[in-house]
Amino acid sequence: MTRLEMKQRKRDETATRLEGKALPTGAAWATSLRQAALSRVLDMGLPTKRDEYWKWTDPSTLTSAAPTAAELFTNDDKALFSDIDRLKIVFVDGVFDAEASDDLSGEGVNISLLSQALNTDIHWAKDLYGTLETAGQSPVERPLAALNTAFATDGVVIHVTDKVSKPVSILYRHENTTSDAVLHHVVKLDAGAELTLLENGPAAARFNKVMEVDVADGASFHHVRGQGRDHERRAVTHIFARLGKESLFKSFTMTANGILTRNEVVIELTGDDAQAHVGGVCMGDGEFLHDDTVFITHDAERCESRQVFKKVLRNGANGVFQGKILVKEGAQKTDGYQISQSLLLDGDSQFLAKPELEIYADDVICSHGSTTGAIDEAALFYLRSRGVSPQEATDLLTLAFLAEAIEEIAREDIADDVLTRLEAWLARRKG
Amino acid sequence: MLEIKNLHVKLEDEDKQILKGVDLKVEPGKVHAIMGPNGSGKSTTSYVLAGREGYEVTEGSATLDGEDLFDMEPEERAAAGLFLAFQYPVEIPGVGNMTFLRTAVNSQRKLRGEDELSAGEFLKIVREKAKTLKIDADMLKRPVNVGFSGGEKKRNEILQMAMLEPKVCILDETDSGLDVDAMKLVAEGVNALRDGKRSFVVITHYQRLLDHIKPDYVHIMSNGRIIKSGGPELALEVENNGYTDLLAEQETA
Ligand SMILES: Nc1ncnc2c1ncn2[C@@H]1O[C@H](COP(=O)(O)OP(=O)(O)OP(=O)(O)O)[C@@H](O)[C@H]1O
Ligand SMILES: [Mg+2]
Repeated sequence: MTRLEMKQRKRDETATRLEGKALPTGAAWATSLRQAALSRVLDMGLPTKRDEYWKWTDPSTLTSAAPTAAELFTNDDKALFSDIDRLKIVFVDGVFDAEASDDLSGEGVNISLLSQALNTDIHWAKDLYGTLETAGQSPVERPLAALNTAFATDGVVIHVTDKVSKPVSILYRHENTTSDAVLHHVVKLDAGAELTLLENGPAAARFNKVMEVDVADGASFHHVRGQGRDHERRAVTHIFARLGKESLFKSFTMTANGILTRNEVVIELTGDDAQAHVGGVCMGDGEFLHDDTVFITHDAERCESRQVFKKVLRNGANGVFQGKILVKEGAQKTDGYQISQSLLLDGDSQFLAKPELEIYADDVICSHGSTTGAIDEAALFYLRSRGVSPQEATDLLTLAFLAEAIEEIAREDIADDVLTRLEAWLARRKG
Repeated sequence: MLEIKNLHVKLEDEDKQILKGVDLKVEPGKVHAIMGPNGSGKSTTSYVLAGREGYEVTEGSATLDGEDLFDMEPEERAAAGLFLAFQYPVEIPGVGNMTFLRTAVNSQRKLRGEDELSAGEFLKIVREKAKTLKIDADMLKRPVNVGFSGGEKKRNEILQMAMLEPKVCILDETDSGLDVDAMKLVAEGVNALRDGKRSFVVITHYQRLLDHIKPDYVHIMSNGRIIKSGGPELALEVENNGYTDLLAEQETA
C-alpha cells in the first residue's frame, strides 16, 4: 500500500468510527472551534500502530469507540497532595463535582469551568481553546489531542493575573469502571504572574486530557501531577505550552500503575531567555506501559530546556521515551539537555528510547543521553554487607536513581510528598 | 569467635580454585594480621566471609560464635557481628552517607530484634564518632564515597565500623592510600574499638600499620593458604626480607 492509500484508509476508518458522534453544544464560537478540531481529526486520521510516532505504544484502546473496563484499586496510601494547602477542583469520572470542590474564587486568579466558558458568548478562552493544540500539530500530528478539543465536555479554564501562592489542585476520581472521560484545561498566565497547578488521581477507565498553557513574559508556571492507583486505567494526555520572554515552565509527573499511559508534552519557547523543564518518574510493575513523548522547540535566543525522565520497571513492565529538541534558525545560545533512563529490576521488563536533536542554529549547547540498566550489584552487596536487607537496599538504590528527576520539583513540601508516595509504592511490593 | 577451617573456594563460573585450605581461629579480643603477596587470596577470604556472590565454597567451614556463616545471608552475617572494611569501598550516587549509615544501623538493630535509634540519638552518635575520625559534616551529607579521596573512603569505612560496633572486624588494606596522619587516625579509630572482646583481622602489606595496631598474631598467606603464622616479629621479617625466603621455605617443607 502506498503512503497515500494508507492515509486514505486511516481517514476512512476514522470517519466510520466518528460517524454520528455528536459534538457537544455551546456558544457559536465554541461550536466552530469544535468543528474545526473535528475536521483536523478527520483529516489526520486517528493514530494506529502503523504510525511511526506510535510504533512502541499501541493506541488501539485509546481510539476505540468504547473504553475497556478498568477495575478500581484501593490502597491505604494517603492521596498525593493531601497535606498541601490548595484550592481543590474535583472531577469524578470526568464530571465536575461541585460538592467536593472548593469555592473557585481566589486572589490573582480567575477560575471557571470549560463547560461554562464554551457556553459564554464572550470569553477570553476563545483565543486559546484549541489554538496551542493546533500549533502543536506540526511538524508531528497529534490527532488524539484534536479529538479532545472536538469532544471535551469539561475542564478548567484558569486566568492568572498575579503571583498566586496557593496551588490550584485538580483531583480526578475514578468510580465507574467503564467511564470514558475527556477533559480540556486552558491556563493563561499574564506577564509576571505565577501559578502552581497540581493534578492527581486515576480519573477514569479511559482518560483523554489536554492542557493548553500560555505563559506570558516573565510569568512562571509550576505543574506537578500524579497519575496512578488503578492498574487497569488508560490515559492519553497532552500538554501544549507557549513560553514568552523570561518565563518559566516546569512540569513534573509521577506515574505509578496504569496499564497504559501516553503523556505528550509540546513546548514552544517563543520569547528570549525562557526556561522549560519537563521531568517525570514512573514506576511500572507487570502489565504496564508508560510513554513519555516530548517535543521542545527553541524559537528564541538564550532559552534553556531540560528533560529528565526516569523509569523503574519490573515484572514485564514497558517504558517508552520519545524526546526531541528542535532548535530553529536564530535560536542562538540555546541550552538544551535531555536525559532518559530506566532501571530494569528484572530481565522481563523493557525500555525503548528515541532521543532526537534537530539543530539549525550554530551557537548552541545541546546534550542528550539515554541509559538502561539494572541495580548496581556492587552497591547492593555493599549495603547488604552493612546489614541492609536486599529489599531495602534495592529501594534505597531505586530512590537514588530517581533523585535527579525529583529534584526538578521546585517546592520542597511537594517533592517530599511525591517521595513518600514512591516509598509507599515500593513498600507495597514487598514480600 | 571466628573460626575458619580448611576453607576451599573456587570461582563460581570459572574452574579456578582460589582458596586451597585456609585455617584461622580468631579469639575474642585478639588482633590477627594477614600479610601475603598480591593475588594470594586475602581479599577473597574476606569477601567469602562477608557473603559476596561469585564464589563457591567447595570444602571447609567458617563459623562466628559457632554459627555457620555460609548458612546466612550477607545482611545476617553483618547483624551477627561480622564487618568488612572493603579494600575498594563502593560509591553509591544518590544515597547520602548519613542515610546510608542510619539505614545500616537500624537494619541491624531490626534484624537483632532491637529498637531503632531515633533520628536525634543517631545524629548525636554519628557526629561524635565522625569528629574523632576528622570526617566533616559535608562528607556526611555527600553521596556515599562519591568523589571521596582514597583516604576519605577508608576513614568512612572506619566510621561505619564504629557505628555498627561489630564483634569481628576484617580490615582489608585499610592502610593503603592513607597518608601518615590519616593512618594514625584510622589506627586510633580501631584502637578505640578494642575492648577486650572485639576482634580484628587486619589485612595489610605494610608493617607500618602494625606499629599502630599491635597484632597478637601475624599470618602469611600464599597461593590460597596460610603458610606461616607467628607473632609480630613475622611482620618485621616480611618488611625486611620480603616473601622470597618464606615462600622458598614453604616449598622445601
Ligand atoms: N571474581 C574474580 N574473577 C576472577 N579472578 C578472581 C576473582 N576474584 C579473585 N580472583 C583471583 O583470585 C586471586 C586472589 O585474589 P585476591 O583479591 O583475593 O588477592 P589478594 O590477596 O587480596 O591480593 P592483593 O594483595 O593484590 O589485594 C587473584 O589471582 C585474583 O585474580
Ligand atoms: Mg586484596
